[in-house]
Amino acid sequence: MTDRYPDYDVLDKRWTQSWNEPTREAIDRRLAMPRDPRFFSGDEWATLNAVCDRIMPQPRDRPPVPLAAFVDQKITDRLLDGYRYAQLPPQDEAWRRGLAALDEAAVEAHESPFHSLPPDLQDGLLRKMQRGELSGEAWGDMPCRMFFEHRVIPDITHAYYAHPVAWNEIGFGGPASPRGYVRMGLDRRDPWEAVERNAAQEAKSRRKNGRVG
Amino acid sequence: MAVSADPFAAPRAAKGRAPDVFKRGGWTPMRQFSEDDVVDFVVVGTGAGGAPLIAGLAENGFSVVGFDAGPYFRPLEDFASDEREQEKLYWTDERVVDGANPLTMGGKNSGKAVGGSTVHFAMVSLRFRPEWFKSRTTLGYGADWPLDWREMWQYYAKAEKALSIAGPVTYPWGPKRPRYPYRAHELNGAAELLARGAEAMGIQWTPTPLATVSAPHGKSPPCVYRGFCRFGCSTNAKQSQLVTFIPRALRAGAEIRDLAMVGRIEMGADGRAAGVHYHREGRWRFQRARNVVVAGYAIETPRLLLASATDKYPDGLGNSSGLVGKNLMTQSNQAVFGAMRQEVRWYKGPPSLSITEHWNYDDRKDFAGGYCWMAQGPLPVEWVTIQTSSRGLWGQALRDEMEKYNHQVGLKMVGEMLPNEDNRVTLADDIDQYGLRVARVTYSWGDNDKALIQHALGQMQTSLEAVGATNIFRQENDTNHLAGTARMGDNPATSVVNADCRSWDIPNLWVCDGSVFPTTGGVNPSLTITSIAMRTADRIQALAARGEL
Repeated sequence: MTDRYPDYDVLDKRWTQSWNEPTREAIDRRLAMPRDPRFFSGDEWATLNAVCDRIMPQPRDRPPVPLAAFVDQKITDRLLDGYRYAQLPPQDEAWRRGLAALDEAAVEAHESPFHSLPPDLQDGLLRKMQRGELSGEAWGDMPCRMFFEHRVIPDITHAYYAHPVAWNEIGFGGPASPRGYVRMGLDRRDPWEAVERNAAQEAKSRRKNGRVG
Repeated sequence: MAVSADPFAAPRAAKGRAPDVFKRGGWTPMRQFSEDDVVDFVVVGTGAGGAPLIAGLAENGFSVVGFDAGPYFRPLEDFASDEREQEKLYWTDERVVDGANPLTMGGKNSGKAVGGSTVHFAMVSLRFRPEWFKSRTTLGYGADWPLDWREMWQYYAKAEKALSIAGPVTYPWGPKRPRYPYRAHELNGAAELLARGAEAMGIQWTPTPLATVSAPHGKSPPCVYRGFCRFGCSTNAKQSQLVTFIPRALRAGAEIRDLAMVGRIEMGADGRAAGVHYHREGRWRFQRARNVVVAGYAIETPRLLLASATDKYPDGLGNSSGLVGKNLMTQSNQAVFGAMRQEVRWYKGPPSLSITEHWNYDDRKDFAGGYCWMAQGPLPVEWVTIQTSSRGLWGQALRDEMEKYNHQVGLKMVGEMLPNEDNRVTLADDIDQYGLRVARVTYSWGDNDKALIQHALGQMQTSLEAVGATNIFRQENDTNHLAGTARMGDNPATSVVNADCRSWDIPNLWVCDGSVFPTTGGVNPSLTITSIAMRTADRIQALAARGEL
């Protein structure tokens, strides 16, 4: 597990002046995210989960952020981006078509569905998608590069970095209302901010991170 | 603590009252008009252009109803400290984007709330360089405005006072201006690094003039440097239209209708606008009016004018010039990022606490237009967007880069793009939730735009190198604010409205938002939009006094 900010947990601040009630409610909803699909079918779900595992691999020593479920929620709840590229269909159709086409490409290249391929072969197919090199009838008129760039990447990575687990990994202060911050300059830290691991003083870093709440 | 009912479920401005944004659960009295009343003005949109005009008209004694398609938020109760949750502030209804450089819409440039995009803007409040009001004549590019910069200088001062702008005592560029009403904000680490880089390059910098108070003002407490400014201010330190001109408008007797989407302007047989059709609480309604002001910003304004076409006006209202929807301009918003040995923690404080406008005022360059750059503080979701879209990272490589978050530093430009009739808003065939045709937004960068961007990227990179940043990379693809699509001018053949924001074709139809900009300048547009709106309110009063409305 990544440990740049040892023992830092942004959730320790939940009842401090850094979190107001609307924030607690919003984050509670996110943490309680149901892990089953409402939009995707069984096959699509397996492919999507495999894609999420490669786009945003997660440590094995904690429960994973349910990235596929966030993608499903975005579609089910019709959370739109505010714009749609003329070459891409609406998000629900784009995902459905893109996952089917990726699976088709996996079978064609490796005689196996995408989700059962080893990680390096999965990565190879995703890189081809990123470079616009996958083709096949299932894509229709949707360019695979645009599907990768404007659906796969944002829908999965945004879900991850909106999650408190990710904030802990990168040392983000997280919610900050109404208290905000006091020490603004370079190399300045408020006592309610994360401390980066210091090899010489690891215990001290842990102790300070235990006190952000 | 009780949280108020869902702001999206039903209108809050109703039953003779509107939310008191400064008090949990509080209400403020609101005058209401009947749909049978012929009100003096309906204003479609309540953002940087609409709200000051609504307030100004009401204060001058006109009867006014302001419409907004979005909800009436109570920041103290509705706003979370969270990027994702606060996407509820954005205009996320479908729009189709195309062209060689399709625009990213949503949070970058479009709000759907009472107060408009100012509820989530970054508060950067800058004056145009005087020459930009006559850029064709004085600098040889773009188009001249029908406004005189000296008159605008007066309205900028009024807007800065109304919004309690916090800024430096002496501003380094342009003609003399009064000191800002509130003291400049303290710099954060990212802003310090911009300053060091500028000094190393021998160019000037300054604390950014910002619309968030550095000391108490009215019921607004000083900014606490939460850093979530672009996701709504939960303390009311930010001087958005929601907490400034909208309360003023209500006190002066204006009515605000939230969750009210205007879909069509009705034309009367006399060649004057007769009122607006709007969708509220599940059905279409009609408000009669003597004047209609469209203030929906550079996408929704032309969309409404085009959608209101009649047999007599088959190309849309106010469109005898053929320019409604054309000359759409965004601003280049490229950036350069790097990593520091020190901890920067750029998530603290307003995102753009320092600025250099050097290249807005230095004309020794081989392209037209200008740009500024500002310090940056992207929060995690925006930061991952930059990492993935600029560097194509994913997988473990992406995770490794994201871990450096607290050491990152960046500089981001706001650059002038030139007007081009091929960049435009039209109506697509797709239909939205109101049954209205959605906007198609077509955009391609020109050669001048690309040259300006490359110049800026080089300069910003030099600045980051000068402060010792490593692993420097460029974000080449970003754009932000909007302008154009209903430009003002002196000639009915080459503009949509005159200097008073009044349609050349239909005397009681007005446009009051960034759509009227003939050029977009190299600074954030909101203060100019607000200043023009304050001027328009004065001009309407003067015209009314002469019987010329």
